[in-house]
Amino acid sequence: MDFLISGLLAITFKQLVMYLIGLLLIYLAIKKEYEPSLLLPMGFGAILVNLPFSSALNQVVSGVGETQGIVEWLFHIGIEASEALPILLFIGIGAMIDFGPLLSKPALFLYGAAAQFGIFAALILATLLGFDLKDAASIAIIGAADGPTSILVSQVMHSNYIGAIAVAAYSYMALVPIIQPFAIRLVTTKKERTMTMKYQASSVSKRVRIAFPIVVTFIVGLIAPTSVSLVGFLMFGNLIRECGVLGTMSETAQNALANLITLFLGITISFSMQAESFVRTDTLLIMAIGLFAFIFDTIGGVLFAKFLNLFLKEKINPMVGAAGISAFPMSSRVVQKLALSENPQNILIMHAAGANVSGQIASAIAGGLMITLVSAYL
Amino acid sequence: MTAALIIALKIAGLGLLGIFVSILLIMGVTALVARIPEKKKD
Repeated sequence: MDFLISGLLAITFKQLVMYLIGLLLIYLAIKKEYEPSLLLPMGFGAILVNLPFSSALNQVVSGVGETQGIVEWLFHIGIEASEALPILLFIGIGAMIDFGPLLSKPALFLYGAAAQFGIFAALILATLLGFDLKDAASIAIIGAADGPTSILVSQVMHSNYIGAIAVAAYSYMALVPIIQPFAIRLVTTKKERTMTMKYQASSVSKRVRIAFPIVVTFIVGLIAPTSVSLVGFLMFGNLIRECGVLGTMSETAQNALANLITLFLGITISFSMQAESFVRTDTLLIMAIGLFAFIFDTIGGVLFAKFLNLFLKEKINPMVGAAGISAFPMSSRVVQKLALSENPQNILIMHAAGANVSGQIASAIAGGLMITLVSAYL
Repeated sequence: MTAALIIALKIAGLGLLGIFVSILLIMGVTALVARIPEKKKD
């Protein structure tokens, strides 16, 4: 009868901690609706991979030999082999994005670039805290505010902390409505937050909408070839959307493909949430550095907007700079909500949306550049 | 630690520069494409 309790007796303290973390992620996903499409599979997967002798992982069964576990297999095929899952997800994300607000006011591009500042600030902090360059870069990319980019960079860098990085990235993306208003208020005055902006919609030609993803792919691919998979697939998805002749394919990319890949990605990444590699003091440090990165992304975007205002006749509300992070569309909605709370007449959503989608491109470029630059110094 | 910090600072500087250069090039080329006159349909 020992076999009935052998599993129970084999549970370690660290595994118990992971059960609590898994249940917490499930609670946050369902009750608080924090990024449920990722946190729920990750939370459930954390339980699956931490049950003793779990068949979700490879095991050696006496008398039988090695058996393959589905979660471990999905991780090797979908992430370790070629980072397939996060890259394929970018097709769906690209198909969802309307670059119109950005293309009608191209200056908003710059805010997307500035809002990646937190990534590099976090790189310096992680280095100061003693992480080696590969791990520091992987942790810093949490500041890209983009789950697939974070997973891809940490996997390419063979970071020891993929699980913690993924949990941090998705958790903080869900916490943008709390983190960003706090960071914005730190570096702006009420007068600045109440600044109104006019929006004049100008149409963007179909030719420009089609040329844009092709142009971006060429330019970014030549400057940072390691970005090609990320940016290229993002732009491929966008081209499917904008070409006008692939309606059903665009629908599929935005819905079925994105949902399917997201489902697999969440459960697959839980492979890196095994207790021995996740329950460490480093995990807490990673959470702290990730939060620092998000805060400094926001601060960087806002301060850049204030800097540009020194030269602009028509001033930009500095909060638009904060929308340059890649958490789309959450960040632009947060900025709009904050603007309305300060001044009920202030409609910033189109400017914020333009900056927000720019951040999507900029964060993918940042991921590729991080891999290129770090590899040069290894 | 100092050597690692210097490398991190270099990567930070080059990384931000690379992002801005990429973005400025994208803006420039997109603006050029937008200037090409549309063919008038007869």
